[in-house]
Amino acid sequence: MILQVTDLSVRLGGSHILQGVSFDVAPTGVTALLGRNGVGKTTTLRAVLGEVPASGAVSYDGRPVLGRPTHKLVRDGLAYVPEDRCVFAGLTVAENLRLASRVPDPDFELVHDLFPELRERAGQRAGTLSGGQQQMVAIARVLLNPNRLLLVDEPTKGLAPAVVTAVAGVLERVASRVPILLVEQNLAVVRRLATDAVVLEAGRTAWHGRAADLLSDADATKSLLGVGSTAGRH
Amino acid sequence: MTDLLQPTGSSAAVGSPGPAPRAGWRAWLRRAAPALVLLLAAVLPWSTLSLPGLFEGPLNSPGTLQLLAVCLVFGGLALGYDLLFGRAGLLSFGHALYIAAGAYGVDILVSHYGWDLWSAAAMTVLAAALLAALLGSVALQTSGIAFSMVTLAFAQVGHIVINRDPGGLTGGEEGLPLASAGLPAAFVGVVNTVNLYWLALAFLTVVVLVVHTIDRAPLGRTLTGLRDDERRIAVLGLSPYRLKLLAFVLAGALAALGGVTYALVVGGASPHVASSELTLSLIVMAVLGGAGTRWGAVLGGILYAYLDQRLARLGGSLPGPLGEPLFVLGTLFILAVYFVPGGLAGLGGRLEPVRRALGLRRDRAHPPAGTP
Amino acid sequence: MSTVVLLTLTGLGLAALYFLIASGLSLVFGLAGVLNFAHGLFLSVGAYATWWAAPRWGWLPALAFGVAVAAATGALVELVLIRPLYTRHTEQVLVTVGLSLAGVALLQSVWGADARVFPRPSWTSSVVGVGGAQVPADRFLLIGVAVLVLLGLLAFLRFTRYGLIIRAGVENRAMVSALGIDVRNAFTLVFAIGGALAGLAGILAGMYFSSISPGQGAALLIFAFIVVVIGGLGSVAGAAGAAVAVGLLQQFVNYYGTAGAGDVSVVALLAVVLLLRPTGLAGKVATA
Repeated sequence: MILQVTDLSVRLGGSHILQGVSFDVAPTGVTALLGRNGVGKTTTLRAVLGEVPASGAVSYDGRPVLGRPTHKLVRDGLAYVPEDRCVFAGLTVAENLRLASRVPDPDFELVHDLFPELRERAGQRAGTLSGGQQQMVAIARVLLNPNRLLLVDEPTKGLAPAVVTAVAGVLERVASRVPILLVEQNLAVVRRLATDAVVLEAGRTAWHGRAADLLSDADATKSLLGVGSTAGRH
Repeated sequence: MTDLLQPTGSSAAVGSPGPAPRAGWRAWLRRAAPALVLLLAAVLPWSTLSLPGLFEGPLNSPGTLQLLAVCLVFGGLALGYDLLFGRAGLLSFGHALYIAAGAYGVDILVSHYGWDLWSAAAMTVLAAALLAALLGSVALQTSGIAFSMVTLAFAQVGHIVINRDPGGLTGGEEGLPLASAGLPAAFVGVVNTVNLYWLALAFLTVVVLVVHTIDRAPLGRTLTGLRDDERRIAVLGLSPYRLKLLAFVLAGALAALGGVTYALVVGGASPHVASSELTLSLIVMAVLGGAGTRWGAVLGGILYAYLDQRLARLGGSLPGPLGEPLFVLGTLFILAVYFVPGGLAGLGGRLEPVRRALGLRRDRAHPPAGTP
Repeated sequence: MSTVVLLTLTGLGLAALYFLIASGLSLVFGLAGVLNFAHGLFLSVGAYATWWAAPRWGWLPALAFGVAVAAATGALVELVLIRPLYTRHTEQVLVTVGLSLAGVALLQSVWGADARVFPRPSWTSSVVGVGGAQVPADRFLLIGVAVLVLLGLLAFLRFTRYGLIIRAGVENRAMVSALGIDVRNAFTLVFAIGGALAGLAGILAGMYFSSISPGQGAALLIFAFIVVVIGGLGSVAGAAGAAVAVGLLQQFVNYYGTAGAGDVSVVALLAVVLLLRPTGLAGKVATA
């Protein structure tokens, strides 16, 4: 197990957002973190990264994580692609990538192979890119460095269907090299990528197992995620 | 920037109905304590007790009474400021403007235009409230740091204007002594210092009554709600802007009343009351005492004013920077921010775990590990 | 005509001082989220260090010494006082308030509250004829230094790795950390840069006013705050533009209006700008 989360608990501003989340992430493939809106998926990722104060235990590669500074975890190969991309709008595409590359030989080859468009738009300010292009920058940023686990939060949110397919294709290629913990609302994307699945409900782990088992069980999918298993996002 | 507006003090004491009444004398004492302290303060001028080290003369000597009067005025000013800072979460850097408006307003009307004191005071407080409404309506268009800076800038204009002595009204850098001819006989002369002391006590009592009434009223709870989460109040259908403006005007009026009292106690107005330094010291008082708590700002104001005056008088005899009151107070303040986050009012709560640890087991809950 | 030239150059000289103070304040606020009331102290520290060193070591070494001491003060304040309060912004502001009060009092206890005559190279007292106006040479020194600093800062922000980190951090601090970068080193750096520039401003202000006093920093700081807000928090170019607007407005209105009207009109400008654009002329949302 590359990441083990045990009894993770987060309180923010008086509300108990996570109340004991536990799950493991396998060292290969994609583990999908699912659940309805507001159950604490993003908070779980941010707690693992040390962006919000949390209690419980998280071990990454066998070592405890909570309390360590975010930047050190990331340097140890725990990469983060946040919700809403969070590209630096005032910096150019090239500057966004330059900022993110912290090793002597960043893998520009891979990035330009996956996203040829970014090379053409190198001098453009990231804030003027489309949502899909910003998502490419956000993913490209982490792929420049060697990673051991990617935390990816809703990469297809708000994107046009064709772009969703493209992003899913990129993640599929990335997943062949690096394990991914993926928060995703689009079940078609989950079906395509995920090997394992974790479902949160009201700040707790409600289901944990093979993704195929969850998605083939229409009742479980409906009760846990509030959607039919064949539906995309609504 | 909402976290900037979180005062450091615990907010638990504000607006909460208090512990359920317990039978027995302790509960009664707790409720009657403020009245007892007030009574004690009111009869204090009849005491000839000497506290060497604390005060230079006996308690009823004019010097001591004036020092105490200044302390009481600052206790009231600090609590009035805490209505904005600790309760509404508005970090104004321009509160001195309204204190100066009170001090100079009454001074100018009495000394230059020969008004009688009471109508001058009423007129001044009214005018200061209007000024607060006008400037507040502009400043509250912004929030967070921008609000702090706009209020600072407005107050700076007041400071500049007062220093320039327009039309010979303010006396410029020298300040404007209060002409005793226009004052009631009871406030003139050293022998009547005791009346000024009672006046200052009355001012403090008024501020405490006003602020504590607001704390208990729906307005107080709404204000602290605003401080914690503005959206929640907006959802209730209340206008955050109007509520904050109301608090701003009330605080401005209380500040002006304090300015009037201050001018009477020290016998005039000087540009120092308009300086940003005065506002900064109000912040220090509120935080030292415990911002947002019932009595924190009052205690902080009294303690600060006492130390400020005593250290200034002792200044020559203390070595090096210790002779500078602001050095001592500034350093104390920094230490308090680090080590006594709830201020004086929070000390009781902070000693609780110690008491428990001594008596029972150690079960002090550690705060959750924050981002380092 | 000659009056206009003199007023313009004097206004620009004042703008140069405001810019040197405001650019550091703006970067510190933009990146670290700290409204630094102790910035005026950095200014006084630089000025006093140069004043102390000039008779001993000569003018240029004293200047370098003053800037270095101010930069070290800035870095030290960040490391010792600000860093332990990471993310607790109210406490950080309060600590800088306490520091500004205590620091000025400390200077006062060492060198007294009264103004001291500030040493200056003799050529800065000469006058230069421009467009019929006799302009004191120190105005050109102020403007020249400010322009150099502006160009240097812009180049630093644009072309260096730390400049990149600072620009990104002003936009979104947390995301910079999430890219594996220790953004706190950049905090220390902006405090040191802010301290150095404030110290430089203090030295130049000492020459401009021919004297220094412990409270001088605080007086200039308020106008620098106004420049920061008008220019947009976190924007160096915005600070430069706003400094020029404020400096010129102040000079011209003070000359053509009654005494003090210039200062008042600057505050009026601030109110107008904030009502029209709560975020300032450039840069990010002031309340973010």
